[in-house]
Amino acid sequence: MNKELNVIIATDCGSTTTKAILIEKMPNGEYRQTYRGEAPTTVESPYNDVTCGVLNAIAEIEELSGRKILDNEKIITPANGKNGVDIYISTSSAGGGLQMLVAGAVKSMTAESAQRAALGGGAIVMDILASNDGRLPHQKIERIRGFRPDMILLSGGTDGGTITHVVELAEYIAAANPRPRLGHTFRLPVIYAGNKSAREEVRKVLENIVDLVITDNLRPTLEVENLQPARQKIQDLFMEHVMAQAPGYGKLKTWVEVPIMPTPAAVGYLIEKVAKNLNINVIGVDIGGATTDVFSVFGEVFNRTVSANMGMSYSVSNVLAEAGVENVLRWVPFELTEKDVNNRIKNKMIRPTTIPQTMKELVLEQAICREALRLSFIQHKLLAVGLKGVQQSRSIADSFLQVESGQTLINMKDLDLLIGSGGVLSHAPRRVQSMLLMIDAFQPEGITRLAVDSIFMMPHLGVLAAVNETAATEVFEKDCLINLGTCVAIRGEGKYGQKCLDYRLDIAGKSSIEGSMTYGELVMHPLTLEEKAKITLSPAKGFDVGEGPGKSKETDIQGGVVGVVIDTRGRPLCLATDPAERIKQLNQWNQVMGMYPSF
Amino acid sequence: MAHLYTPGLQVFEKTLVQKHRTLPIPGEVLVKTGDFVKAEDIIARTEIPNEVIELNIANLLSIEPEDIHDYMLKKEKEPVKEGEPLAVNKPLLKWFKKEIPSPIDGTVESINKVTGKILLRKPPRHVDLSGYLDGKVVEIEPNLGAMIECSATYIQGIFGIGGEQSGILEMVVASPGQPLEENMIKPEHAGKVLVGGSYLDEKSLKRAEEMGVKGLIIGGLDANCIKAWLGYEIGVAITGDEDVKTTLIVTEGFGEIAMAGRTFELFQAAQGKRVSISGRTQIRAGVMRPEIIIPLAEDKDSVVKSSDKSNEAGVKEGDIVRIIREPYFGMLGRIKSLPSELLLIETEAKVRVMEVTLDDGKIITLPRANIEIIEGINR
Repeated sequence: MNKELNVIIATDCGSTTTKAILIEKMPNGEYRQTYRGEAPTTVESPYNDVTCGVLNAIAEIEELSGRKILDNEKIITPANGKNGVDIYISTSSAGGGLQMLVAGAVKSMTAESAQRAALGGGAIVMDILASNDGRLPHQKIERIRGFRPDMILLSGGTDGGTITHVVELAEYIAAANPRPRLGHTFRLPVIYAGNKSAREEVRKVLENIVDLVITDNLRPTLEVENLQPARQKIQDLFMEHVMAQAPGYGKLKTWVEVPIMPTPAAVGYLIEKVAKNLNINVIGVDIGGATTDVFSVFGEVFNRTVSANMGMSYSVSNVLAEAGVENVLRWVPFELTEKDVNNRIKNKMIRPTTIPQTMKELVLEQAICREALRLSFIQHKLLAVGLKGVQQSRSIADSFLQVESGQTLINMKDLDLLIGSGGVLSHAPRRVQSMLLMIDAFQPEGITRLAVDSIFMMPHLGVLAAVNETAATEVFEKDCLINLGTCVAIRGEGKYGQKCLDYRLDIAGKSSIEGSMTYGELVMHPLTLEEKAKITLSPAKGFDVGEGPGKSKETDIQGGVVGVVIDTRGRPLCLATDPAERIKQLNQWNQVMGMYPSF
Repeated sequence: MAHLYTPGLQVFEKTLVQKHRTLPIPGEVLVKTGDFVKAEDIIARTEIPNEVIELNIANLLSIEPEDIHDYMLKKEKEPVKEGEPLAVNKPLLKWFKKEIPSPIDGTVESINKVTGKILLRKPPRHVDLSGYLDGKVVEIEPNLGAMIECSATYIQGIFGIGGEQSGILEMVVASPGQPLEENMIKPEHAGKVLVGGSYLDEKSLKRAEEMGVKGLIIGGLDANCIKAWLGYEIGVAITGDEDVKTTLIVTEGFGEIAMAGRTFELFQAAQGKRVSISGRTQIRAGVMRPEIIIPLAEDKDSVVKSSDKSNEAGVKEGDIVRIIREPYFGMLGRIKSLPSELLLIETEAKVRVMEVTLDDGKIITLPRANIEIIEGINR
């Protein structure tokens, strides 16, 4: 898009809240986010029209900014002085987002590739069907019928490979005759992205039952994964077919100048851009009320996963169920009975919009958050893997390493930047809380920068990046991203009290700070983003700061609103097993970090 | 005067309840506008496609998949009986003749010459739709269902387990703060809906099921108790399809919490009346709460639809609210003021707050997000 953009209005229609932001070009030519408004999302009765929430959120910006954006129910374009905007763009996850079923011939190969394509397209994957998933045909058919997805992605077979298994899956879909979740009259979109040679047979089986769309094979050979065409088709169909059935979207579609993107697809697009532009490895996480999305770019390979029932309100009880009470309680520095935790968490589940009022309630919510992030990240590492089933040519040296295909791409030592988003991280009362929550959950190794999304505007910037990358990048760096600082963490296991690291921190214009740390400690040094600093690390034998066990490292380091955190609690991070000892340990760490006032 | 929009539970002494009763897929509607129906009456009926069975004909007859049509004795969509031949080979010697009998009664769903397999579908399952409440049919949705209407006392719970039930309501405790104990549930409670007070334990739940109690309504219970009863943890609050004989409705929350006085009084007034209950809960967008409907023999014109009384206007100073988060969880109070500025609370978060006067006269400040209104009390 070539037209000049001076004033941009962007909305994200979430399940509960519609958030609008205004971005303006400043006299110095920089793009900055200037105002923000929000209103309840209105896809449900009694409104049944998403545009009501959009108009309310924009009206709040009008009030705050003094800019007239709406003329009754129309967005004024283009901008002229204090009137109107140059473009309106939007993302959406309202009404439960995009819910998909995926199917592939082999579970760990084409079905897994299909899963990655659907997740990358911004979907929640409700189930993965495969010829070898161990379920009987009637069970598969019941499953397809029972779900009422928004869309199905059918893959299977490399080009020239199996036809039978793919056709079999198509037959199960036909027998189930699935009905779409939204809109009773339209046919369910099914994307076929499998073996080219099976296209005709798949067409014969499905074309009279579903709205069949055929695209390139997402796994043309075992060695190649080609997800982009399927991802693009998912996003096209999301707007054309799925969201067009949701209340008010037909109208909203006519207001935007570029297609409405699924919220996670927009966030993923932005994270991919950041990693590419800065040539770094990035992990992004967005923890919401119902779901947690994890995005990663390692070695230019993008992956996204969504943990559908890992969230801080609607699914908070599921986090407790999946993690186990003992794993949640290990982060709580005071005594709490299992019964009490269960009751408190279930009360949050049934009244999800409440917020912690006491410090103890905040600590408990942040304990749950650590576990939700930890479990979502485990899930992400399982899917962000190299292609399985690929034959590898090995040298003699490789055969000693026992490297298998399908290994995770996530190597924490190579991670440059970890970005957190979502209410519990973006709105934590103290920024240091967000930083320690992410360190505890993700356990970065070596040297890693951490940041949070200030007011949850990554979705808006993701869709903006598709229109004007400069504006999106400038706002992302200046207004969206709050640099927390850097975490320096050792890898290795030791005994509490065992010496494991010497360090020296040189901050330009200040005297050097030297320190010696034992295993199980946390240290924090304030360092602002503007200050230039260098850190020299000398780990003891058996401990690794990224260069190998016992090897020293010297590097420039970046600060932020928190500073530099040096973590010698080891990886994997283990807490004391004795409850009294563990509480003492947590209190020490919290005190060093300045996590909470005394309680 | 300041006001805010907030979620709430509905508690109405008299209201007009309208329930859309619809089949999952089109079928036959058995009632007509103006009919009076009972909760257990069947008002519509349909057939749901049944299980599919796969048979690999090509393998069974040792033929090529693409030749399957030459060997099939039945066509697609044709009905078959169990044991009836579906396909037969064509040997040179009739001794080698092999027939493939149908393993089920049903129809041939599809025949595929790529896979060499066929799909057989069992006869459809019948699904009956009941009236759910005693009332009048006021609208018919052709082929799908009907709207049933009645004047009723209507009470929403906060969380439930189990589906729709109906039975005679009986109070088994004397006050809203009294726990319901195992020995209070007796054989004569079979088929009834029992109202307890502040708490019940796992033993009482199991006893109620054993005695054939249709429903239990209680102020609170421990979350662990539900896990022990069902055998699994409820991860997300989407319920209603549990395999339980007794439907459970919790009115206040988890822990030992006295049932709200007004709710308890409404139940006391309905002692001995027939009620319809549903434990179905969905706490996501499109919230659905469990409900208790006590039909009244009143003229419908004298009452107002509950949907007309939704809290669109929000709450205002002077309204009674329930506090739904620690440290005042479960208490009722009256809104004293709704200051517009953000205030720092104990967690150091800056939030919008309200001042509430508790029953004992104490004035407390709490986040606006941590209260709910009880619809029907303030208006």
